[in-house]
Amino acid sequence: MEKLVNDFSFGLFFWQAIILFILILLLVKFAWKPIMTAITAREVGIASAISAAEAARKEMQNLQADNQRILNEARAEREAMMKDARDIKEKMISDAKAEAQAAGEKIIEQAKATINSEKNAAMAELKSQVSNLSVEIAEKLLKTELSNKEAQSALVVKMLDDVKLN
Amino acid sequence: MVLTGKSIKNTLTALVAVIPSLFFANPAADTTLVHAETAVHAEGEAHGHEHAPVDKKSKIKAFIDHHLKDSHDFVFFSDEAEGKHYGFPLPVIILDNGLHVFSSSKFHHGEEIVEADGNYYALHHEKIYKLDSAQAELSLDEHGHPTNPQVLDFSITKNVVAMLFTAALMFFMFVGLAKSYKKGPLPTGMGRALEPLIIFIRDEVAIPNIGEKKYRKYMGYLLTVFFFILILNLIGLTPVGINVTGNIAITLCLALFTFLVTQFSANKDYWKHIFWMPDVPVIMKIILIPIEILGTLTKPFALTIRLYANISAGHIVVMSLLGLIFVFKNWIAGPSFFGLTLFISVIEILVAFLQAFVFTMLSSLFIGMAVQDHHHEEDHDAHTDEEPIII
Repeated sequence: MEKLVNDFSFGLFFWQAIILFILILLLVKFAWKPIMTAITAREVGIASAISAAEAARKEMQNLQADNQRILNEARAEREAMMKDARDIKEKMISDAKAEAQAAGEKIIEQAKATINSEKNAAMAELKSQVSNLSVEIAEKLLKTELSNKEAQSALVVKMLDDVKLN
Repeated sequence: MVLTGKSIKNTLTALVAVIPSLFFANPAADTTLVHAETAVHAEGEAHGHEHAPVDKKSKIKAFIDHHLKDSHDFVFFSDEAEGKHYGFPLPVIILDNGLHVFSSSKFHHGEEIVEADGNYYALHHEKIYKLDSAQAELSLDEHGHPTNPQVLDFSITKNVVAMLFTAALMFFMFVGLAKSYKKGPLPTGMGRALEPLIIFIRDEVAIPNIGEKKYRKYMGYLLTVFFFILILNLIGLTPVGINVTGNIAITLCLALFTFLVTQFSANKDYWKHIFWMPDVPVIMKIILIPIEILGTLTKPFALTIRLYANISAGHIVVMSLLGLIFVFKNWIAGPSFFGLTLFISVIEILVAFLQAFVFTMLSSLFIGMAVQDHHHEEDHDAHTDEEPIII
């Protein structure tokens, strides 16, 4: 302890106090303040840059999710549209088929009617011709039959019998 | 030979194990040295040549003593045979009935008496004493201390020069660093090495001890003190070897700064804990007052002694080991002590950083204790465990 007290130099203490005091004041003003401000500003900048990057990443993710969703929607819509188109096509085909059938049937019907009328006409003509023919035949027959008397009387008797019978 | 990690480790362990024996050996050697020295003085000049080794030892001891002290001139090396010293003188400023300024070369390294404005001064072990006349000699008491009155010495000594150099160096380094931030967000050149230290002091020292909210105000002081001590410690390890931080006046001044900063920034709780400790009986409160006051004073005292002792011890060990090379002067001792000195010097670099860190750390701890907010009454017991223990 005596050595310590002996070693103590007031002059050195005095100069040290002055130098240190001035040094602290100068460095605080010209060095520490700007340095600390710069470091803090940089750290704040880094932190905000990191959070911004994180936000951008999230946004990107959201965007990607959106894209996926839109893509899915588009795909679903396309599916629906294709399904509709297919339905419409089928419907058109079936409609056309039905129409065609109806038209066909109608034509057949008309054809049948025409055939019938033609047939009737043909029948009528045939009938008239047959009747004419038969009249002619009958005429001829009658002419031949009625050429002898016996046959004529026999016919009258026979006809009378028929009338009686009726 | 292949040096594996383990063998290096073992060698280091062995070396570390050897160190304490050396340390404990030193004082014993010193005491025998002192006995031998007094013996030499008692026997007089007659056996001067027979005691050559003892003479060398005492010379080394005197050299170390001289080295540890502040000096009024810069001496790089001396030529013993011709009594010449190579270096340059520094201004001497004495306050003794007015200011006297003269060059330290007038003392001729303590060999001559200087006359300034009718007063006579002598230099003895780097202290300046006032003499009655030009012919008078210093009168020494039985311990070898002069009885003449000492004068107030404000000389620009070697240590003051070293401090001015350090201050200038720090100013240019850190103002340069501050300017480099204007060019871009990242420092360039030396700033790259300095910035991590600044961030370390902020994140590992100031914020944990003082707190996120209040640390900013004390950063200037803590950073200045850290780099000031660090640079002076490192200057002490250079071959110039100016022992500044191993000087009690320097460390006391530093500790006093911390003390003043602590006291002036202390809040109401701090004073309350000193003068009227809460949550204890009244008698205990009264007993605790002197203890707490003493506690505030022991903190700067511990700071003073810690730095002084660590740095002085480092210088003493390194110089003693170097001195041993010249004591033994043979082919085994030379290289081995050289190696050991190298090893201790590397440790001293670690100590230079460590002591600068410890001083800053404890300063911030004391400041933190003075400014921290106590929430006692309700949870005082809960956080007494958290209060730091300072040994």
